[in-house]
Amino acid sequence: MSASTSAVGPSTTMSGSARPAQSTNWARQVSDRLRANPVSMIGLILAVGMFGIAVAAPVIAPYDPVSLAPKNRLLPPSSTNWFGTDDGGRDIFTRVVFGARYSLLAAAVVLSLAATFGTAVGLIAGFAGGKIDEALMRLTDMFLAFPALVLAMGISAALGASLTNSMIAIAVVWWPWYARLVRGQTLRVRQEQFVDAARASGASDAHMILRHILPNCWTPIIVQVTLDVGYAILTTASLSFIGLGAQPPTPEWGAMVATGKDYILDQWWMSTFPGLAIFLAVMAFNLVGDGLQEALSPILRRR
Amino acid sequence: MARYIARRLLFMLVVIFGMSIITFSLSRLVPGNPARLLAGPHARQEQVDALAERYHLTGPVLEQYGVYVSGLARGDLGLSVTTRRPVAEDLAQFLPATVELTATAFLITVLVGVPVGIFSAATRGGMFDHASRLVSIAGVSLPIFWLGLVLQVLFYKHLGILPIGGRLGTLDIAPPRVTGAYLIDSLLAGDLSLFWSSAIHLILPALTLAAGSVAVVTRMMRASVLETMGADYVRTARAKGLTEPSLLRRHVMRNAFIPTLTVLGLQVGYLLAGNFLVESVFNWPGIGLYAIDAIANLDYAAIMGVTLIVSVVYVAVNLVVDILYVLLDPRITYS
Repeated sequence: MSASTSAVGPSTTMSGSARPAQSTNWARQVSDRLRANPVSMIGLILAVGMFGIAVAAPVIAPYDPVSLAPKNRLLPPSSTNWFGTDDGGRDIFTRVVFGARYSLLAAAVVLSLAATFGTAVGLIAGFAGGKIDEALMRLTDMFLAFPALVLAMGISAALGASLTNSMIAIAVVWWPWYARLVRGQTLRVRQEQFVDAARASGASDAHMILRHILPNCWTPIIVQVTLDVGYAILTTASLSFIGLGAQPPTPEWGAMVATGKDYILDQWWMSTFPGLAIFLAVMAFNLVGDGLQEALSPILRRR
Repeated sequence: MARYIARRLLFMLVVIFGMSIITFSLSRLVPGNPARLLAGPHARQEQVDALAERYHLTGPVLEQYGVYVSGLARGDLGLSVTTRRPVAEDLAQFLPATVELTATAFLITVLVGVPVGIFSAATRGGMFDHASRLVSIAGVSLPIFWLGLVLQVLFYKHLGILPIGGRLGTLDIAPPRVTGAYLIDSLLAGDLSLFWSSAIHLILPALTLAAGSVAVVTRMMRASVLETMGADYVRTARAKGLTEPSLLRRHVMRNAFIPTLTVLGLQVGYLLAGNFLVESVFNWPGIGLYAIDAIANLDYAAIMGVTLIVSVVYVAVNLVVDILYVLLDPRITYS
C-alpha cells in the first residue's frame, strides 16, 4: 500500500478547485481528456466489467463456490472446469467469479471508512486551526510514520483474523491520507470570499463546513478514492494471503492464492487464476485513476 | 542543520513512544487471556496465574504499560509463545536475512528504476516510453505474492535454473556469522561456492520484492524529469545551445532526483511490508516469515515485536532521507 500512497499521495494530487460556476464546463473537459486516452478507457471497461461480474455472479458461475466435491479434486483446466478445480473439488472459475464480490466490497468498505473519517478530521483541523489543528495533524503524522501495511497487519492480528477485521485494520492506516488532503483543501477554501460572506451573514460553523467547504472538497476526495481503489483491493488480498483476512473456504482471491501456494508446482491453476484476477482488477482501477489524474493535472496538460 | 536533526530525532522518539502505546494497546486488545495462550491449552490454572504474574499481565493497565515500556527500553520485547525464547533474541536471529533481502531489492529498485525513468522521459512518446509506462502500471498492480509463485514455476520447474526457496542449498552449511548476511559472510569466510549459492537463492525473492518499487520509482523519475525539463532554466540552457545529453546530465538529473528521493524513502516501507509476503512464498527465514508463523500461532508478543522493529527501521530510514534532501538541495533549509 505504501507503494500506492507514495506515488499518488494527496500531497502530489491536483489542486482540483471546482467552482460551481465553471463545473459543467470543467467536467466536460475532464471527461473529454479521459476519453481521448485509450489505455484508460480499457481500464474503465475492465472495471465496469468487474462490477457486472460481481453483480451477476450467481448467473455467470456454473457451480457452487463453496460446497465440496471430493471426487473432482485437483482437476486441470478443461471444457467443464475452465480454470480447473481446487483441493476440495470446487470449480475455480466459479470461485474467481464470486471473488469479484469480496474484492469490490472490501475496497468499498475500506475506502468509505477511511475517506469519511479522514474527511471529518481534515475538515475539523483545517477549519478550527490553532491547537486543535496542531493536535490532529500530529496524530496524523504519527499514523503516517508507521509503514502502513505492517501496522495494518498488527491491528488485524490483534483484532483476530477475519475479512471484516482486516478491512477495519486497513481503514485505520488509510484515513490519515484523506485527513491531510482535506485539511489542505479546507485551508484554501476557508480564505475564499464566499466563506467570509457566509460568516458575515451569521452562518454557523457547521453550516459553513457542510454547505461551503465540504462541497469544494469533493473533487480531490473523489479523485483520490478512484486512485486508491486498486490498492485497496491489493492490500485486502495481501492480508488474506498471509492468513489475516478472509478465511478459506471463502472464495476470496488472496485466500485462494494462499491455498494454492502448496500446490503451485503441480496444480499451478489453483493459484494462477485467482492471482490473475487480482492483477487485472487492480490494473483496471489503476489505469482509470492514472488517466483521471493525468486529465486533471495542469502540469502535464501544458505539454 | 544540527538543530533540525536534533528536532527530528526528538520527533522520532515521540513517534516511537506513540508506537509503543499502539503496540501495547494492540497486544492487550487480544481476545482471550494472554497468559492462557502462553501457558498452552492444557495448563492448570495455577500455571496460568504464575505466568500472568511473571509477565506482568495482571494489575492496572497503566502499571502494565509501565512495565512494558521499561522492558522495551532494556530491549525486552516479551516472550514468544512459538519459539519459547525472548522475542528480541528471535528478531536478532531473523533480522539479518530480511535486511539482506530488502537491501538487495532496494538496490535493484534504484539501479533499474532511476535509469529507466530517465530514459523514458528523454524519449517521451517513443516506443520505449510507452512500453515502460505500461510495464510500470502493470508493476504497481501486481500482487507480488502471486508474482513470486509464477516465477517459481517458470525458473524452478520449467527452466530449472534457479532454486525454489530458502537461503542456501540443502547441503550447504551457513557461513560463520559475522553480519548475518550470507553474501557478505561467505565472502569473509573466503568460500566462493557458498557465495554463489547464496546469490542464486537471493535472485528470485529480491526480484519479486523489487517489482512494485521499480515500477513506482520509474514512474516517479519519469514524471520528475519531464517536469524539470519544462523548467525555465532548462529552456535557457537549451537556448544557449547545450546538447540534449549534457542538458540532461548537467541541469536535469540532480533536480529531478530530489522528488524521487522521497519516494525511495517511502519505498523502504513498502519493501519492508513486502517481506511478509515474499518471505512466505520463498520460505526465506527472515522476520516476515517469523511474523507469519506468529500470526498463525496467535503469538502476540512476537507480532508486536516485529511491528515495532519494522516501524522503527522505517522511521529511521525516512529521517536519513530527509537529511539527504537538505544535502542535495541547497534551497531547502530546515530550522
